[in-house]
Amino acid sequence: MPMNDHFGPTGRELRFKDKLRVMNWTLVALITSVCCIGFALLYSVAGGSFDPWAERQIVRFGVGISIMLAIALIDIRTWFALAYPIYGVSLLLLTAVEFVGRTGKGAERWIDIGPLQLQPSELMKIALVLALSRFLHGILLEDVSRPTRLIPALLLVMIPAGLVLIQPNLGTTTILVAGGLGLIFLAGLSWKIILPVVALGVAAVPLGWEFALKDYQKQRVYTFLEPDRDPLGAGYNILQSKIALGSGGLFGKGFGEGTQSRLNFLPEKQTDFIFTVLGEEFGLFGLLILMGLYLAILAQGVTVALDTRSQFGRLVAMGICLNFLLYILINTAMSMGLIPVVGIPLPLVSYGGTALLTVLIGFGMLLSVQIHRGVDIPRSAANLI
Amino acid sequence: MMDGRDSVRYRAFTRRTALLSGGTLGLFALLSGRMFQLSVLQREQFATLAEDNRVNLQLLAPRRGRVYDRFGVELAKTSQNFRVLLIPEQAKNIRATLERVAELIPLSAPRIQRVLRDVREGKAFNPVLVAEGLDWNDFAKININTPELAGIEPDMGELRSYPFGPWLSHVLGYVSGITDKDVAREPELLSLPGFRVGRSGVERAADDALRGKPGAAQVEVNAHGRVIRELSRREGTVGQDVVLGLDMEVQKLTQEKLAGQSGSVIVMDVKTGAIISIVSAPGYDPNAFTTTVTSALWKQLNDDPLKPLLNKAITGMYPPGSTFKPVVALAALASGRMSPTARVHCSGATSLGSHVFHCWRKGGHGSMDMHLAIKNSCDVYFYECARRTGIDEIAKMCHKFGLGQTYGLEIPGEKSGLVPNPEWKQRARKDIWRDGDTYNVGIGQGALLTTPLQLCVMAARLANGGKAVIPHVIRSFGGVERVMPPPEDMGLDPAHVAIVHSGMDAVTNQGGTGARSRIGIEGFEMAGKTGTAQVRRLTADLRGRSADSIPWQFRDHALFIAFAPVVEPRYAISVVVEHGGGGSKTAAPIAKDIMTLVAQRDPARQPLFVPPARIEPAPEAKA
Repeated sequence: MPMNDHFGPTGRELRFKDKLRVMNWTLVALITSVCCIGFALLYSVAGGSFDPWAERQIVRFGVGISIMLAIALIDIRTWFALAYPIYGVSLLLLTAVEFVGRTGKGAERWIDIGPLQLQPSELMKIALVLALSRFLHGILLEDVSRPTRLIPALLLVMIPAGLVLIQPNLGTTTILVAGGLGLIFLAGLSWKIILPVVALGVAAVPLGWEFALKDYQKQRVYTFLEPDRDPLGAGYNILQSKIALGSGGLFGKGFGEGTQSRLNFLPEKQTDFIFTVLGEEFGLFGLLILMGLYLAILAQGVTVALDTRSQFGRLVAMGICLNFLLYILINTAMSMGLIPVVGIPLPLVSYGGTALLTVLIGFGMLLSVQIHRGVDIPRSAANLI
Repeated sequence: MMDGRDSVRYRAFTRRTALLSGGTLGLFALLSGRMFQLSVLQREQFATLAEDNRVNLQLLAPRRGRVYDRFGVELAKTSQNFRVLLIPEQAKNIRATLERVAELIPLSAPRIQRVLRDVREGKAFNPVLVAEGLDWNDFAKININTPELAGIEPDMGELRSYPFGPWLSHVLGYVSGITDKDVAREPELLSLPGFRVGRSGVERAADDALRGKPGAAQVEVNAHGRVIRELSRREGTVGQDVVLGLDMEVQKLTQEKLAGQSGSVIVMDVKTGAIISIVSAPGYDPNAFTTTVTSALWKQLNDDPLKPLLNKAITGMYPPGSTFKPVVALAALASGRMSPTARVHCSGATSLGSHVFHCWRKGGHGSMDMHLAIKNSCDVYFYECARRTGIDEIAKMCHKFGLGQTYGLEIPGEKSGLVPNPEWKQRARKDIWRDGDTYNVGIGQGALLTTPLQLCVMAARLANGGKAVIPHVIRSFGGVERVMPPPEDMGLDPAHVAIVHSGMDAVTNQGGTGARSRIGIEGFEMAGKTGTAQVRRLTADLRGRSADSIPWQFRDHALFIAFAPVVEPRYAISVVVEHGGGGSKTAAPIAKDIMTLVAQRDPARQPLFVPPARIEPAPEAKA
């Protein structure tokens, strides 16, 4: 059936060539630009050398971007169909990792894909977006808030989140929970539920502090609240990061001139604190450029979501955007001493194959949504497994 | 298919997306505000902190001053120390690297073990000493092979060396690396790599002058404190050169004369108090102490019966024996209780109550006046002399001659000896002073104890007619000659001095007890006084036996004091040979040979060496 509304072609008639033509190349270019900033910083923190970080990161990017494009070209209905199986496999792997992890084989927490590795917890970030989007796709707006629908949706989020939390990996748990709840919110959860829960949540903070947080996690919070108390101990990371950012000034110390990072005062400079390196070497100017690029990517993502015919596609696009946003917010806020130190990399910039691959796969999904934005998926299709 | 229900939820989705996007923009604005706050508003503060992180002030050890003798012979120098260092983090396989080094230069297995231990205990970027004190050949071998020896760094450090080794050990002392105690006293020493501190002798006494002032370098360091590069530097001041009053030639001869013996010789300028030679034999090699002293060496030095570690010249205390008689004579004359011409008959012994006091000469000397009594060292005469003078007058004269005191010599460790008197005996021995005690002091025995340095000062003050010269070894600091205050006059009657001088002249030049040690140089005749100090109360069976037949440790100490020339004396000498037998047999000939050399060189009248000014850069900043 021909579709003539503004959502464009339904996708049945899309050929390979068309897909390439339709693809949002602006988004691909933006992603590549941010990655290039990452390469430059990795080159700089290695003391002006491609070895050991920049070189490998470039190779990983090459593999990752190919996977992204491959995923983008696959029909959105395929992803719709595979959503639950992928989620199921991810959950299985996550459980298996827990089991194997306990017997002490740390190396098996990884799945190797060429030069890249994928952790089940990373895979779960994508799987959850797919599965939750599919589940919510089949629910009418007025049904979202019904317990019979809401509780399964919440279980979809909380089961993997719980498994990741006991790893323990607070950063990924945060992203899973916040991303999942964000999707339920976008699907139209009633304010009558949201507002009381938020109020209850705020009230429960002291209880959570007392019973849920482990000592080292509490310590992180203390340190965050008062980093100067122990400048050589636990407060060291935050303090040195702030020093690096602050001493960069408006335009920074220059490429390769960051004393804090080059002289190793900055911890984890190539991974979690690479934002700080950018600030030290390129100043406020450099930071704002990166934040601008991130905003542009997010804007592209939101545009894709709003331009998509299927609720599934819309939610997948926004789910990916939410994940990406959470990475950015957590990492930058941590680098600037606004929230406690959490091991979350700066997306597309930090050194590390796992996070890069996860983000690129996510953007592959986003692009698949974008290419197949006219495709119609009946609401009832969600009920078929 | 698009239907009404879908449209409803699409509209809801759009509203919520807009809300979320708005929230996102708000958060981005918040983050940008924080960035602005850090990098613009608080920039100054953080820039300062970053600079503090980056820049360290590193002190640079100054070169230590040299020590010269009065003619400019270098006695203690600061020489290049060719070392091999290992920087663990730069080495691929530390053991293999060390084994390769051992093929090039001598490197013992225990030394390799030690290096491996240091590597384990230290930080990976801190250099570990592999070998030092290499000769140029070995050092060159390492240098040539550095390309294949990753982590090995040839290095030129500073090494204090003493070219004359044991000949000057007790004068110069030595330097060694800083200890925890030093750091407790001077915490800044910790930041001076390879710094060495004077431990004894002149090295310790003149440490402040020799050290100089450390320079400083601003260096960039990384978070582990490793130096990345030098930013600026301020040169330190090199240590002052020190010139001693010693004449190394005299010192060498003295050392030769005492070879195999345990004893001391001191030669002094009687006008200034400058020490021309001061030897305590045997010595030890101070070069062994500048690095780590092995326990084997330490044990060997400690167990040696000749006690090489003791500086006997200033710490050895001996009864002065007959060398003390001139002082007794002067005390007697000054007290007016003994006329120089009064005669005492010596029959070989005199009795006091039930106790018999012997003269060293069994048959006695016959009738003795003061001149003859000094010449022949008649004990009986001096028993009588002491009895008439009394202990208080003798003690007073002792103090004028500098006995029973220290002089603040620039060689730490002087002992004050002992000048006994009734109060001392009451206090120390809970006993009253008896005439017999006075008799014993009269011949330099009993409780009277003197150091060889005191004997030399005594001889010098006799020689210069009663000027209280103070002995010293350092003549100039940094080329500036020390001004010594003119010696105090001791208030001796020149006529009395002349009587004692003539007696001492007769000892060596007119067939007295030192006649065999006469110096035949006209105008440089030597006047002296022999002495023999009892090591223990001689038992009847030992008395009269030849020295050679008595076990070494029971033999008497041989002593001799002298000055020369007889007319207008310039040099004084004291010789103590432990267990050397008699003073005339063992000690006086040594004095003769030394004073003969002194006569030829006449060091006191030669101009003092002025060390050349030195401008040398401080060593490079090191991690």
